[in-house]
Amino acid sequence: MFRKLHDPGAAALTVFIDGRPVAAERGESVAAVLLRQPEGWSRTTPVSQSPRAPYCMMGVCFECLVEMDGQGSLQSCMTPVRDGMRISRQQGRRSLGA
Amino acid sequence: MTRTDTDLFIVGAGPAGMAAAVTARRHGLSVRVVDDQPAPGGQIWRAIETVAATPCAARLGAAYQAGAARAVAFRSCGAVYEPHSQVWQIEPALQAFITSSGRAKKIGAKAIILATGAQERPAPFPGWTLPGVMTVGAAQILLKTADSIPEKPVWIAGCGPLTLLYATQLLAAGGRIASLLDTTQRGRLGAALRHLPKALGRIGDLAKGLGWAVALKRAGLPTVRHVSELQAEGRQRLERLRYRCEDGRSGEVSADVLLVHEGVVPSIHMPLALGCDVTWHAGQQCFVPVLDAWGESSKQNVFVAGDGAGIGGAEAAEIRGRLAGLRVASRLGALSDAGVEQAARPERAALSRALALRPFLDALYAPRAQIFAPADATLACRCEEVTSGELRARAADGRPGMNQLKAFTRAGMGPCQGRQCAYTMAHIIAAAQQRPIADVGLFRIRPPLKPVTLGELASLDEEPAA
Repeated sequence: MFRKLHDPGAAALTVFIDGRPVAAERGESVAAVLLRQPEGWSRTTPVSQSPRAPYCMMGVCFECLVEMDGQGSLQSCMTPVRDGMRISRQQGRRSLGA
Repeated sequence: MTRTDTDLFIVGAGPAGMAAAVTARRHGLSVRVVDDQPAPGGQIWRAIETVAATPCAARLGAAYQAGAARAVAFRSCGAVYEPHSQVWQIEPALQAFITSSGRAKKIGAKAIILATGAQERPAPFPGWTLPGVMTVGAAQILLKTADSIPEKPVWIAGCGPLTLLYATQLLAAGGRIASLLDTTQRGRLGAALRHLPKALGRIGDLAKGLGWAVALKRAGLPTVRHVSELQAEGRQRLERLRYRCEDGRSGEVSADVLLVHEGVVPSIHMPLALGCDVTWHAGQQCFVPVLDAWGESSKQNVFVAGDGAGIGGAEAAEIRGRLAGLRVASRLGALSDAGVEQAARPERAALSRALALRPFLDALYAPRAQIFAPADATLACRCEEVTSGELRARAADGRPGMNQLKAFTRAGMGPCQGRQCAYTMAHIIAAAQQRPIADVGLFRIRPPLKPVTLGELASLDEEPAA
């Protein structure tokens, strides 16, 4: 849905979304990276399993919840990317293990 | 349980919080500032420290770049600054609980300044939860923090200064806008012009706003005026957008991204959690904390500064931050009564000037009625997926209040804790029960204000690692 205007150069790093390596830039949020992916959605809801994507980007809507490095229901718009980070689109309710 | 004490505890490192911290430090107070973002600046100056030196800063304009100096002054003022920290409980005994890096701690203070800013007004319509629909503010944050713009020509639906500013910034960044669906209501200009004499005191701002509008027109931006209804459609994401205007004109277009914006409202979860009195602001169609001329709330030594005190913009926010900082300094004996009055006089005059344009803007961009009366099938609560129709039916039966209706339907119980549904629900109750919204009020706000894990809670009892 979104595209980046510049090449990150030296600030480039790699994160893994559902196991797939994806380019990101130091300082940006996980939600910003998710919005550049062709899938469009970043979680499904616990109630009706409908797809959702980041909506407010400032921490007030909680639509951008994903699993990061094994921990579920984290706000991806409030989390800066880290090199090697493992991000999973969260499907339905957060699992007990995460 | 360890507790960190400070003279002044400030929540939020935007214009108001930074100005309050600098002021209080100048008078020798110990100051601790927590903010949930990774860097100072608030939303208006988001990512200013990293962006200031890049080509992106020029595209974002002079008002954005002005934040760089503020961040420098704040960083060097001597306040303890804790970014990336979330306040999940705040108590009238002037203590707060925060988490950062997976650990929780308790902070005690002699005074608190809440500088938590504003959020975009929730404006539900059919399909507003589809991926591809997001707010104008969100898109602007993506521009500021990730140098990212919509891939394809974007639809922008809304009204207010942010809509025009973002459209201008997006075009400067080489983005494409399919069309601007202007939701400003017919006849609002007439209502706004009543406030023109006062607004002329801010002729520079008026000219700036007009300049955006002229630049957008010159850029050939297609605009549809007086749009009153929106509908987003698609199977798994936004595919089509339908709109209808006040005069019945309508359109159906294919769309990849739709950005919406219907003004901003104060973020008042923390004042509500503390039990501070709030009142309905008819001009801005939102609740605001009841404050004295210093920004002190109905709870002694709890202050609210910035847009959280009522929407006033960044310039007013800084002034309100300084006024609150001065008052706290005098309360704690760092400034005499005469000294604080003298210091406040020019700030009060500046605040009055900074707010002069606001009644004009509030009248011109008054939210349309459809926002507050969504169709029955429209989701009011995004988290728990409760429709407006269910709320409406329940609201008519037995005259429940906000907290009862929440318990009946789960609306407001999800992770956002009512931040996206409270106003919609209050309006639905008010209409169903023929009560003024001022009487309906908002939810009772209980901890945790932000999600906290059991592990983080348990860390309260541990000694700090370092």
